Amino acid sequence: MAPQIPAPPQIRLAPQDRSALDWSGLGEVTLVSIGATVGVVFVFALGVRILTRRDESGARPRLGGGRRRPSAPARVVAGLCFLTCAAAVAYGLYLIVPQFH
Amino acid sequence: MDHITFLVGVVILTALAFDFTNGFHDTANAMATSIATGALRPKVAVLISGVLNLVGAFLSTQVARTISGGIVNDSLVTPGMVFAGLIGATLWNLLTWLVGLPSSSSHALFGGLIGAVWVGAGRHGVHFDVVLEKIILPAVASPLVAGLAALLATYLVYRVTSRGKESSVDRGFRLGQIVSASLVSIAHGTNDAQKTMGVITLTLISVGALAPDSGPPLWVIASAGLAIALGTYLGGWRIIRTMGRGLTDIRAPQGFTAESSATTVILTSAHLGFALSTTQVCSGAILGAGLGRRLAEVRWGIAGRMAIGWCITLPAAAAVGALAAAMVVYGGTVGTIVVALAAAAVAAFIVIVSRRNPVHSGNVNDENTVTIRSRAAKANI
Repeated sequence: MAPQIPAPPQIRLAPQDRSALDWSGLGEVTLVSIGATVGVVFVFALGVRILTRRDESGARPRLGGGRRRPSAPARVVAGLCFLTCAAAVAYGLYLIVPQFH
Repeated sequence: MDHITFLVGVVILTALAFDFTNGFHDTANAMATSIATGALRPKVAVLISGVLNLVGAFLSTQVARTISGGIVNDSLVTPGMVFAGLIGATLWNLLTWLVGLPSSSSHALFGGLIGAVWVGAGRHGVHFDVVLEKIILPAVASPLVAGLAALLATYLVYRVTSRGKESSVDRGFRLGQIVSASLVSIAHGTNDAQKTMGVITLTLISVGALAPDSGPPLWVIASAGLAIALGTYLGGWRIIRTMGRGLTDIRAPQGFTAESSATTVILTSAHLGFALSTTQVCSGAILGAGLGRRLAEVRWGIAGRMAIGWCITLPAAAAVGALAAAMVVYGGTVGTIVVALAAAAVAAFIVIVSRRNPVHSGNVNDENTVTIRSRAAKANI
């Protein structure tokens, strides 16, 4: 069988985007990516830090020693941090799944 | 379905084979850092990644509308050229896997197609300006952006958590890593399974088996999704080792920042219409995370090898694609069969060579480098 099929196969044309290099788009990707990464990671790190605060070895040694659970307000703040991260993940999923838009 | 000729059948099989290598080549992108930091056990990691790739393939079938995104003139592309391009891409993926080199499967596919179309349809069939805009520029920019984001984020994480107890901090970030790695996997499934679906669908349209403008039929979605998921599950352990252990000694917080920055870069650029390579984004992010901790934790030798690998991926796949296209265009069915058999032989040879010094889920974290010859094999030669 010849590879050249009689009727020239019309594989559909891609939309030809022949615009010049999209520098502003690139800048946007750069800024948004760095901003979002640093933001989410900072909030997550904050949450982790709050929950582990009382375990730190470099802190003043407490009388009686031992691990203490973080106080209730601290846990609420940490929870809010993780909730923020969960929201970011949900937004990421929203962007990934086209059925949502 | 009587439109499905021998050649179309071969194209579909080759496309699925490419999809499979795409899967196991890219497991490392999502899971290398999680495996290296112990956030997930190796077998569990590849299972999660495989399932999410399959889910991703079913979630998004909207992008699978062009073969190449305008890099080659799709109206000049014949199934024979698609076949030759796929052969080039698949063989390059296998070769880079053998040496444990994380290279871009997308670049391999584009390279293979460029080579095949150049030979099959002439130089005017390739849109070099689009190649510059859609491949070269993102290839340079995206790892830098991901690396910078990961560097800043890692530096910040170590500032914020510096006074926390390391073991509990690490535990927190390992949990975070599971989520961030899963997001990378699902984004990978939505992007990369697309390419194979696009290739198969457009080949079917070109021979009249499908109406123009039709989307991928269910069996195409399912087979492409399964091929990439199976490939992901089998895991390219050689590449996982290079990315997880070779580039830098990665710790849980770094793994988390690397995966987060990779996810954001992939999502933002996809949202703005930039096509980019998941592999390059993830490698850049891992490098950035390595630099962010102590500013000198990166094995530049391995990073340099990877960068060279990126530069030659496209031309090398193009060369193989061009050779295969010449055989197919001038050799007809016989040429096609010869190319298919030769490719299968080379693939089998690569797999046999890899057995000399296998990397698997049990030893993936034991060393930093992937070597082809084991000591025993050297003695035999």
